[in-house]
Amino acid sequence: MIAALGVTFGIGTYIIMMGFMNGLNGLLDGLILNRTPHIHLYNEVEPTRIQPIDMWQGGENTIKVVGSIKPKSNQTRIHNALPLIDYLNKQNYVRGATPQVKAQAFYLAGSTQLNGVLIGVDIMKEAELYNLNDYITEGQALDLAKNENGIIIGAGVAKKIAMMVGDIVQVSSAKGEIMPLKIVGLYQSGLSDIDNVQSYINIKAAQRLMGEKDNFITDINIKLYDLNRAPKLSEDMANLFDVAAVSVQSANAQFETGSTVRTLISYAVSITLLIVAGFGIYNILNMLIYEKMNDIAILKATGFSGRDVKIIFISQAIIIGLIGGILGLLLGYGVCVIIDNTPFDTAALPTIKTYPVMYAPKYYIIGIVFAMLSTFFAGYLPARRAERIDPVDIIRGQ
Amino acid sequence: MKILEAVNISKSFKKPVEFQALKDVSFSIDKGEFVSIMGKSGCGKSTLLYILSTMDTDYEGKLFLDEQLITGQTSNQLARLRNEKIGFVFQFHYLLAEFTVLENVMLPAKKLGIKSLEEIEADAMHKLTLLGIQDQALKISSRISGGQKQRVAIARALINNPSIIMGDEPTGNLDSKNADTVFGIFKELSKENHLSLLVVTHDQDFANRTDRIIHMEDGHIKF
Repeated sequence: MIAALGVTFGIGTYIIMMGFMNGLNGLLDGLILNRTPHIHLYNEVEPTRIQPIDMWQGGENTIKVVGSIKPKSNQTRIHNALPLIDYLNKQNYVRGATPQVKAQAFYLAGSTQLNGVLIGVDIMKEAELYNLNDYITEGQALDLAKNENGIIIGAGVAKKIAMMVGDIVQVSSAKGEIMPLKIVGLYQSGLSDIDNVQSYINIKAAQRLMGEKDNFITDINIKLYDLNRAPKLSEDMANLFDVAAVSVQSANAQFETGSTVRTLISYAVSITLLIVAGFGIYNILNMLIYEKMNDIAILKATGFSGRDVKIIFISQAIIIGLIGGILGLLLGYGVCVIIDNTPFDTAALPTIKTYPVMYAPKYYIIGIVFAMLSTFFAGYLPARRAERIDPVDIIRGQ
Repeated sequence: MKILEAVNISKSFKKPVEFQALKDVSFSIDKGEFVSIMGKSGCGKSTLLYILSTMDTDYEGKLFLDEQLITGQTSNQLARLRNEKIGFVFQFHYLLAEFTVLENVMLPAKKLGIKSLEEIEADAMHKLTLLGIQDQALKISSRISGGQKQRVAIARALINNPSIIMGDEPTGNLDSKNADTVFGIFKELSKENHLSLLVVTHDQDFANRTDRIIHMEDGHIKF
């Protein structure tokens, strides 16, 4: 049953490739998508789009020129944010909308001041929607929820100011307000630019640091059920709520391209693998017919018609495809499990301990269907040859 | 009653050069007759046999089996006919190596599909007993001796109770003792079961012991 083994290896490698490549892809996608909101609402500082002169009806055949336009002075908070969040959370396409307060701040360490960004969040919701726990290397999201004056500090910041979990860090707002916060966790996203400045605190603490009230919300992050609806919805929201809205697609255009290219590569590789496997099957069945020449001759001599012989060979091909395909799926799955348990240490991804593998049933179904189809077609041509073999030639040739 | 009748059979090969292998061959075989065809190699005796066996359809003339014209039938009809009415024994045994002796014998009957599996199995055992190899029935066919294999091939030829058995040098690969046994079996089948046999052979001794010898030379029958 060498023939079945050919199929097994073809389908097995296909499963391994797809599982592993998609696992890695998923990891890279997750790197961006998990912590990126699908739609980000905020107030942008920009000049008013329609200047007063544009509204002026008269003056046809003249060119309107306004020099030195300045951005409109605008508050950073989103107007009416709390009812807005309630409304969004009720929409059936929204998985969750979370408020954030972004505050520019300084970490104080003795006489040094380190630039930083404090993000006031509803930490439990954030952890649920954006897998924040994956990036918290020490402590956990719950610790921050329990301690109103806690902070989950960026790993880079912690290193610079030489502090650990349990220490108290002083932060000051841009306006000079100083606030002591207890470090309850370390946050490492894998992007050092972020880890060196960004920390998470409770939304209340952020509002207090800014000296603002409960309804002071600077950003709203929305996670949708269907990522692909983000561009359209973000446009709608920008018009409806009169805020700036950015979808994940436009915020990460380069990521989109990378993702497309990677998908393309994995398709190219898998199609190549499947074609090679198909040719292997064809070859093996062809050889099988040479090997079984005598048997074919005697079957025909004793009254089996050409069609009977063809059916025998095609059904044999299908059986080979089925057995080989199933073994291939098992082999692929087995190797995937091994890869899945292989240690993979990387500083960028603190919570990833082993290589990522995707076990999507889709690839297993494609694998077995392809095994069946390709063995059928690869078996069909040799079977047609077997159908036409003249038993006289074989028997007299001996 | 004529089991097999050939009328003016001619055949010529186009390749590699135009060559007439058979010229107006006519003869017939009666029920229960044991006939051998003899001749030098290249005289067309095997060519004739394969035409008579219906496997070779590229010829001129007419061929009757059981007084029924079979020239011009489709290959599927001919396959059915071979299955039902003709048994073959070749120089080489052509058993399916992966199957047991019993399965090899049962195969043509399964194809015919008239009897139930149990009946076929009982039939096959009966044929094997007739040939004295019933104790080998469950062995894989590649594990038995050459003489036994040839006897299995005969049992397989007999399984559908054909009208005629055709043999192409059936003893050609056997030593004299086994050849004797096989000849004895043929003789007995012809005498006791009134089976017609047509055997192509080189072996003068073998031919002399048959009912009738057809001598061939350069595509003719020599009387």
